[in-house]
Amino acid sequence: MTTKEKTFKRPDGRKVDEIRTMSAKVGVVPNADGSAMFQFGDTIAIAAVYGPKEMHPQHSQNPATGTLRCTYNMMSFSVTERIRPGPSRRSQEISKITEWALAPALKIEQFPSTVVDVHISIIQADASTRCAGINAAAIALAHAGVPMKDLVSSVSIGKLDKQLVVDVNKDEEDWEEGEGATDMPFAFLSTQDKLTLMQLDGNITPKQYKEAMELARKAIKQVYEVQKKALKESINEEQ
Amino acid sequence: MIEEERKIVIPGEVIASGEDYLPSEGTERQGNDIIAIRYGLAEEQNRLVKVISLSGTYSARKGNVVIGECVNVTFNGWILDIGSPSNAFLPVSEFPKYVHADELEEFIKIGDIVAAKVMGVKRKSIDLSVKLRGLGRLNDGMIIKINSNKVPRVIGKGGSMINVIKDETKCNITVGQNGYVWIKGDTTEDELLAKNGILFVTENATINGLTEKLQEWFNKKNKGGKKNE
Repeated sequence: MTTKEKTFKRPDGRKVDEIRTMSAKVGVVPNADGSAMFQFGDTIAIAAVYGPKEMHPQHSQNPATGTLRCTYNMMSFSVTERIRPGPSRRSQEISKITEWALAPALKIEQFPSTVVDVHISIIQADASTRCAGINAAAIALAHAGVPMKDLVSSVSIGKLDKQLVVDVNKDEEDWEEGEGATDMPFAFLSTQDKLTLMQLDGNITPKQYKEAMELARKAIKQVYEVQKKALKESINEEQ
Repeated sequence: MIEEERKIVIPGEVIASGEDYLPSEGTERQGNDIIAIRYGLAEEQNRLVKVISLSGTYSARKGNVVIGECVNVTFNGWILDIGSPSNAFLPVSEFPKYVHADELEEFIKIGDIVAAKVMGVKRKSIDLSVKLRGLGRLNDGMIIKINSNKVPRVIGKGGSMINVIKDETKCNITVGQNGYVWIKGDTTEDELLAKNGILFVTENATINGLTEKLQEWFNKKNKGGKKNE
C-alpha cells in the first residue's frame, strides 16, 4: 500500500484529476419513453423516463406546473454483500437530491397536473452512484423528448487525507490514512456552469472547498462530452 | 450560421446566433443565441429555427385526427385516452346523431376505439369531435401503436406512402396523429401484411426514397406468397 509520498498515488493508479473510463448509451429500455445507461468504471446506472403522464395520486397534482419524480434504487446484486431490496433511508435521500439536481434543467410548466417519472437503477456499484444516476437520468430525459434548458452533468470530488481527487471509487471512499476520506458529489447545468447539487460528507477547509469546486467544473466538461456523444450517436445508428 | 442539412441537436445546444433568426417550436432565445430545448433535428426555414422531435409523448394539435380508447362515460360526453399527457373529452353535442342523456353507453362504451378530430387544445383539456365522415366508433379490424413522431413518414407526402399500403393490401387504414393505426381488411392475412408494411416504414423512417423501397418490399412479399400457393 502507498503511504504519504511526494507524488500522490491513487489505489487504481489514476492521476488525481483523472475520471474512470466513462461510457453512455441511449435507448437501453425499449418500453420506456426515454432511457439511458451511464458508466464510471465499475459503477453502472440505468435510467428510464416515463411521461409526461397524468399524476396519480390525484391530490399530488400541481395545476400550475408539471412535476418531476425520481426514484433511485440499488439492485440487490450491485454490491459485494447483497443489500436488502426496496426503498431505504439512503435511497429516499438520493431520490430527492436527484430530483433537485435535475429540476432546474427541465421546462415542464407546459404540462400542468402531470408527472415525469425517472427510475434510476444502479446495476453495479463502485462509489459515485448518485453522480452516475444523475448523468444517466439527464440523457434519458432528453431522449424522452422532455423540454429542457440544458443537460445536467455530475461528478464526485474526494479528499483522501489532504489530497483532492476527481471521481471517487469504493477503495478511495473507504480511505482511512491521515485525515481520512471526504466525498463531495457535484452536479452542474452542463453548458451554463450553474451548480444544482453539492453534498459534503467529511471535513474540508474553505480554501480546499474552492479548489474542489474548480476541479468539478473542469471534470464535468468531460462528462458532458460523453453524454453529448451518446445522444448524437443514437440517431446516427438508426440511420 | 446554420448548415443546409438537418443537424442533430441536444437540449442547451446553440443552434444559431444573432438577431436575424427567430425561435420557433422546440427552441428558445437566450441572449444573442437560439438554443434547442428538445432533442431532435434542427431545421431552418425563412430565418425561423425549429427542432423536430424524434421521441417523446404525443401533444395534441387542433385539426389532428386521432384514435383513442374510451376510458369513461360522463353525463354529457365521453373521455378518451389518446396517449397524450392529459385525456381528451368528446362532448355529446359533437356526436352526429341525437343522443339521449341516458343512452350514451349505447353509442360508445368503455373500451371502444374511436377515431376523432381535435377541435381545440387548452392548457389542460383537449376537445374532440366525431361530426365528420370517417370518424366515430371503429368496429372490427386491428389497432397497432407506432411512435407518434413517425406518423408523418407513414402517411408520406400527400398520402403517398399510406396509399401504397392501401393499394397493395386492399385494406382500409386510418392513421391517427397520436400513433394509433386502425387497419381493416377483408382477411386477417391482408391486415397482417398492412401491419408489417407500416412497421417496415417506421423501422426505416430515415431512409431516402422509402416509398419506392416499400413498393419493392411489397413486390417481393407478393411473389413469395404466390409461390407458396
